[in-house]
Amino acid sequence: MLRWIPLLPLIGSVVNFLFGAEIQKRMGRGAVAAIACLMPILSFVIVVGHFQELRGYGPSDRIILDSVLPWIHIGSLNVDIAFQFDPLSAVMALVVTGIGSLIHIYSYGYMDHEPAAWRFFALLNLFMFAMLTLVLGDNLLVMFVGWEGVGLCSWGLIGFWYTDHANTTAGNKAFIVNRIGDFGVVLGMFALFWSLDASGHATLVFRELADNVRHLDGMIIWGLPVATLVTLLLFFGATGKSAQIPLYIWLPDAMAGPTPVSALIHAATMVTAGVYMIGRLNFLFSMAPQTLEIVAWTGGATAFFAATIGLAQYDIKKVLAYSTVSQLGYMFMAMGVGAYAAGIFHLVTHAFFKACLFLGSGSVIHAMHHEQDMRKMGGLRKYMPITFGTFFIATLAIAGIPFFAGFFSKDEILWKAFLHNPMLWGVGFLAAAMTAFYMFRQVFMTFFGECRADHHTKEHLHESSWSMTMPLVVLAAGSIMAGYLGVPPALGGTNRFEQWLEPVMHHQTAAHGVVAATHGVVTAAHGEGHGGHSLAQEYGLMAASVGVALLGIFLAYLMYSRRTIKPDTFTSLARGVPHRVIFNKYYVDEIYYGTVLAGTLALSRVLAWFDRTVVDGVVNGAASLTRAASWVNGAFDFRIIDGLVNLVATLVDKIGGRVRLIQTGSINGYIYVIAAVVTAVLLVRTW
Amino acid sequence: MEHILTYMTFIPLLGAVVVLCLPRENNTLVRWTAFAATMPPLLMAIWLYMNFDRSTDAMQFMERVQWIPSYNIQYIMGIDGLSVTMVLLTALLCPICILASFGIDKGVKGYFALFLLLDTGMTGVFCSLDFFLFYIFWEVMLLPMYFLIGVWGGPRREYAAIKFFLYTLLGSVLMLIAMLALYFHNDPHTFDMLILMEKSGSYSRDFQWWAWLGLFIGFAIKIPAFPFHTWLPDAHVEAPTAISVILAGVLLKMGTYGILRLCYPILPLATQDMAFYALAVLGTWNIVYGALCAMAQTDMKKLVAYSSISHMGYVMLGMATLTPQGINGAVLQMFNHGTVTAMLFLLVGVIYDRAHHREINGFGGLASIMPRYTGIMTIAFFAAMGLPGLSAFISEVLVLLGAWQYDKILTVIAASAVVLTAGYMLWMLQRVWLGPVNEKYTGLPDVTLRELATLVPLAAIVIILGVYPHAVLDLINPSLLALNQTVLSAIPMEAVAQLP
Repeated sequence: MLRWIPLLPLIGSVVNFLFGAEIQKRMGRGAVAAIACLMPILSFVIVVGHFQELRGYGPSDRIILDSVLPWIHIGSLNVDIAFQFDPLSAVMALVVTGIGSLIHIYSYGYMDHEPAAWRFFALLNLFMFAMLTLVLGDNLLVMFVGWEGVGLCSWGLIGFWYTDHANTTAGNKAFIVNRIGDFGVVLGMFALFWSLDASGHATLVFRELADNVRHLDGMIIWGLPVATLVTLLLFFGATGKSAQIPLYIWLPDAMAGPTPVSALIHAATMVTAGVYMIGRLNFLFSMAPQTLEIVAWTGGATAFFAATIGLAQYDIKKVLAYSTVSQLGYMFMAMGVGAYAAGIFHLVTHAFFKACLFLGSGSVIHAMHHEQDMRKMGGLRKYMPITFGTFFIATLAIAGIPFFAGFFSKDEILWKAFLHNPMLWGVGFLAAAMTAFYMFRQVFMTFFGECRADHHTKEHLHESSWSMTMPLVVLAAGSIMAGYLGVPPALGGTNRFEQWLEPVMHHQTAAHGVVAATHGVVTAAHGEGHGGHSLAQEYGLMAASVGVALLGIFLAYLMYSRRTIKPDTFTSLARGVPHRVIFNKYYVDEIYYGTVLAGTLALSRVLAWFDRTVVDGVVNGAASLTRAASWVNGAFDFRIIDGLVNLVATLVDKIGGRVRLIQTGSINGYIYVIAAVVTAVLLVRTW
Repeated sequence: MEHILTYMTFIPLLGAVVVLCLPRENNTLVRWTAFAATMPPLLMAIWLYMNFDRSTDAMQFMERVQWIPSYNIQYIMGIDGLSVTMVLLTALLCPICILASFGIDKGVKGYFALFLLLDTGMTGVFCSLDFFLFYIFWEVMLLPMYFLIGVWGGPRREYAAIKFFLYTLLGSVLMLIAMLALYFHNDPHTFDMLILMEKSGSYSRDFQWWAWLGLFIGFAIKIPAFPFHTWLPDAHVEAPTAISVILAGVLLKMGTYGILRLCYPILPLATQDMAFYALAVLGTWNIVYGALCAMAQTDMKKLVAYSSISHMGYVMLGMATLTPQGINGAVLQMFNHGTVTAMLFLLVGVIYDRAHHREINGFGGLASIMPRYTGIMTIAFFAAMGLPGLSAFISEVLVLLGAWQYDKILTVIAASAVVLTAGYMLWMLQRVWLGPVNEKYTGLPDVTLRELATLVPLAAIVIILGVYPHAVLDLINPSLLALNQTVLSAIPMEAVAQLP
């Protein structure tokens, strides 16, 4: 049955690709949407069924396998198209199919005037297939199929309205930047495979990897321990897919796609693939403390920098995009400090509240006739109460207000980060303050105050249809409740979420034992985390992060609601240079374009020129040379050789001409000559 | 089915004769007759596929007849895993190309007769196991190709045809010398490849080097490997669509096929010595250089031509690694490139037939005008980019996986081309198919049924082989593993070679 989870959406996609246009023409958009919505819902049902089955097993037996087809069996490489369903896959599959189904339903309302709805839904279903393959694949290569597959769908959906050049450029950027990351993934896979092969345990299957990675100990490539090299390469891929420094640049542009796409792909699911991958390979990452340190700091840095950029954006979706980058940073921070379960927990809560935020912004954009500039919004809570209510709940969740989902997951991460390194906590703490600020800035600019929309738009303002508000309500509910899956012991809970993932993440503790021997940093912090720390410290940090969030909210209130502090006070600081730099995203895009892209294009032109002029020049030159030689040869032939021949002929002719004169035709003359000659001969003989 | 290979090779020739006898004015009859002549080989190819013994590396469906006994020249046909895939590819592409040539209306009889002659030459090259016979087929192929480009080509057809002809001829001459050297080196003199392979241990290292280089340059021109590649863009740009398809789909494979068929088993020591520079380094260079050159092109066909140079680099790199993954990947890549590039050229042909130019910047928004066409095109483009789930991914991953074990730095360089490939493919896709509709071309009709018939089978194969690559891998694996072993286990036997 497992295979049907990804296959059903694939079938839906194929049907809509092949016949969708016809179905839409004859039976309307509803028929197309019905097919597309049915498939993920069915998948969701199957996932829930498997989830229940899993719960029935003992913690260590929680795995369901389904091998579909032998795929590549060459030499020591043995890979099947196979799926596995374990606690981690279960969590991911529930999120993907659950939130995915809601977003499909939402899309029916959002894409109401779309003539190519069939193409949209076909791509959306294809995405579900790819994403489910990614999280259910039982080996690295099948995961990679999903990994690149989601990239393809992301490309197709970002550029969905392809007649606008900007959209397709954003799509290309997303795909190519992801490809740069994939390059790392592929190499990481190779290094891992051959290193294990050298120890006689070649495999790419996750379960077998977990048992065999210990053989990597002591192996070195390019002066790096293999585990470190492999994880660094894989993490490079994760920075592409999950929009971290240095490859985050594609995600903000990806907002060019329809808003449901931003919610599903660029917030809730696809961009979390990198986090999932680290969670899936936690046993490997735990062997590489240096990599983990890099992961943690990359996550922290991304969380911080993306948040600063988020402060200055005016586009309602861009704010959310940078917020997503920033929140993903938190997840990587968690992974980096070895708190894998906490990272996945934040992934889940984030999926709820960020999907809710994006869909809420979509509802606004839809009502505003595709206006995305928050400066032209305001006061919308009166017109769109459901959208406002759900958006507000999700905002509270992301800001880390107690009793909302984000509070539990983010504080868990900050706490683990603090145990690892208080500096890292500091970075996350500041990012949390900024998050609360920019999110409430958004809420105030969009839903409060006077409506700044033009007259025409204002007249048509309305709450969205049921197919859009229903998913909003469900997601808002999730933005509250998801947090209670993982209430930490400090707050009287048992962290059921962490317990659920324990069978997948248990290597963490075992592997950390290994780390302890070689490396003190991680374990020291970890040991403390389990025993020595005081509850007071944990409560103190919690209070601090709640306090700083409230401070951020209050500042946003003063600036964007009460307007007692003018935003200009900040934007005009130091002649507005800092603001400009932040608003323009630190000019990172420009730097990349100016160096990497321009460099590649220049190189390609130079090589093409070289090819045409030099390489082909040599060929044509050789041809010309041959022709020249043959001309010389021909001339020689004509003038000298042929000349000699002609000379001989001429001579013969000339001599013949003279000699001919002797030939008079007179018999008498001949007789005289003969007689004279005969006489002469006789005279000489008889002498 | 005795003599099946002979039938497959010569039925098209028979077809060519029939075509020549048909009335000049009835073009339709000529076209369908030509098409019919490629059907028996296709059906036989399917039969071959089903009856091919996948458990052995030995030659199968062997035929052996004395041909010119005084010089010990024989007519030997036979296929193993390496050649069967190429025979299948040829049998598959020929009817497709004939369908794609139905638009030709100048000298129709001559065109199809020459095409069928070409078919015979190609199939013959892949089936023959006597070097002399191989050489004959090799040359037979050259002649129709010259005329097909030179007569039915574009504006600079004569330049392109002569360039192609001379280049290939140069390769043939070097091959001829190497072939004769091998012939006279054995006593009794023989062209029998199987015997040449058996005696591979008796050739001195020096001899192997020279023979290897002679053969290699001949084959490198065909691949085409840098710096012998510049005939390819010109030939592609000028050739009619179907000829481009054959050129990229089948003819380029002859280069790598020749290396694997002749250089590897007959000259294994030289292969060991040369593989790194002549195949791995050059192949990697091909990959990156071809991709970068492709990026700068503004003519669609030229872009695809350079992408072929890039993709053939994977074949060279893969075979150089001498790992099971690499060499299997290389041959699978030969097959996959044959289908994917065929699609790309057919697709460019579709648009060229309608708009009569191929300028990348001269289009825009074709997706709105020709949606079905765009759908198939997307499959081909992503296949060319090596998207997982499609055929080329498997072969590229196998090649790169093998390469990592062989040389990590080269692998890193070669793998970086996946980014470049995505770059130039997506960029072209964006400029031609996406964006605002170019008003000039709003009236273009979508793909016709005939065009679909050429494209859909290939698209199906691309998808099927992405999911189930063992459909081909099972055929090739035993032969290639044996070949790999031959090369790896070769040891210098200078003493033996120095005997008179």
